[in-house]
Amino acid sequence: MMSNRKLVQFTVNGNPVEVAIAPRQTLLEVIRDEVDLTGAKEGCSNGNCGSCTVEVDGVTINSCCALGVEMEGRTINTIEGLAPGLDLHPIQQAFMENGGLQCGICTPGFILSTDHLLKMIPNPSEEEIRLYLAGNLCRCTGYDKIVRSVQAAASAMSS
Amino acid sequence: MRNFDYVAPTSLAEAVQAFGQAGGRARALAGGTDIIDQIRIGRRTPELLIDTKRVPEMMVLEDDGAGGLRIGAGVPLSRVRDHASVRAAYPALATAAGLVGAIQIQNRATLGGNVGNAAPSGDTIPPLMVLDATVVIAGPRGTREEPVANVFAGPGQLTIQPDECLVEFRVPAPRANTSSYYVRFIPRAEMDIAVVGVGVSMMLNGGGQVEDVSIALASVAPTPVAATAAQDVLRGQTLTRELAREAGERAEEATSPISDVRGSADYRRELTKVLTRRAVAACAGQLGVSLS
Ligand SMILES: Cc1cc2nc3c(=O)[nH]c(=O)nc-3n(C[C@H](O)[C@H](O)[C@H](O)COP(=O)(O)OP(=O)(O)OC[C@H]3O[C@@H](n4cnc5c(N)ncnc54)[C@H](O)[C@@H]3O)c2cc1C
Ligand code: FES
Ligand code: FES
Repeated sequence: MMSNRKLVQFTVNGNPVEVAIAPRQTLLEVIRDEVDLTGAKEGCSNGNCGSCTVEVDGVTINSCCALGVEMEGRTINTIEGLAPGLDLHPIQQAFMENGGLQCGICTPGFILSTDHLLKMIPNPSEEEIRLYLAGNLCRCTGYDKIVRSVQAAASAMSS
Repeated sequence: MRNFDYVAPTSLAEAVQAFGQAGGRARALAGGTDIIDQIRIGRRTPELLIDTKRVPEMMVLEDDGAGGLRIGAGVPLSRVRDHASVRAAYPALATAAGLVGAIQIQNRATLGGNVGNAAPSGDTIPPLMVLDATVVIAGPRGTREEPVANVFAGPGQLTIQPDECLVEFRVPAPRANTSSYYVRFIPRAEMDIAVVGVGVSMMLNGGGQVEDVSIALASVAPTPVAATAAQDVLRGQTLTRELAREAGERAEEATSPISDVRGSADYRRELTKVLTRRAVAACAGQLGVSLS
């Protein structure tokens, strides 16, 4: 059964890709090892830490808890696609300016979760920020600076 | 991860055929938030995963034409959580859907998976039980409908046959003057599994007495259980603080808890009393009756 790869077509950050995927490969493994985008990180590999967060068909998911073969026809966005070229997205800018990261392992996940939050609630309360980011863990920064970064991003994007 | 095969049927007939042919060697794949890790750590060893998310019959989320709701087994919990009529008519279910994991989990996880995983702690299960939800089960021998309360055999184990699958949940129309509530205790604010969970659905009559009530408990027995003695205490009575307290005391009779990392059996018995009392009071509060 090791050769039961299936050809799967989907788009990543707007680019169509076609990959031969074994059912046992998680979406995270496919994105990192087959599509060569290493922004999404493997932290816990069981859905707790959020460092593997990507957007599929407009909603964030833990890519470690999904299979690559499920992605036929899906639209995937990763941290690499958030801002064009070398530009920074206002959320990235806000994390940088407010000390919202240290080692950066958790940061792609936090930023994509923030993006998802601000699309649903453009001006979230602190409580809402903490609720919507509960699936992202950071072992370095401390959550206050992350909350402040999200608040800064929200006000930058709504002004 | 060990390897397996994968198919994604695009109709219920195809799905039924796939489950039928595979017998016990296949499992359903819905949001994958339980099964993928269970395969990784070797707790489950299916040879085939059958994806339910391209089966239109498992993706319905709509009025049943009689004031009730049909929720496909493969619909993500975020859609259940945000659905206007779930929020209005079945608040216990909306609450529970919004408690499972975090946002990323809710965007993938499903009712089919929460029930299919058959954990005694499944948060959506007490709400489905107290709302009198049924589940449509399909298999090679045909289709049948069972109360959700009847499908649990033990931890991780359903009463349905290995060649059968869950298609959709049916939640009957809410009756007048009825509300529902779900509360769980976890040691943190988010992202943990219930130490105890309590769902209540209650109907009051014109005189303010309890016309009907249903209470179900999570994480206190090998399967989610109904707290029938607590229900009996409340039915026909005028609600008071003392009565809510007594219902809590009697809820304990339904429990047969274990001690584990999340809490001792004694702690779970105590939590059952407290949370049942609070859930009854909160449900009454939603119906305009204050017990404070
Ligand atoms: C970080 C994290 C936090 C979590 N927090 C909670 C929580 O707070 N509360 C809670 O209750 N759970 C929690 N869970 C567990 C899990 O998310 C839920 O049980 C979820 O509802 C499973 O749904 P799923 O669609 O992802 O299931 P899957 O993993 O796809 O499937 C789970 C099981 O159900 C079976 N199944 C799925 N669909 C069907 C079907 N149509 N017919 C027959 N069998 C079927 C599968 O074969 C499998 O055995 C958490 C999980 C993680 C990773
Ligand atoms: S690596 Fe996916 S949630 Fe931690
Ligand atoms: S910055 Fe290091 S884990 Fe968050």
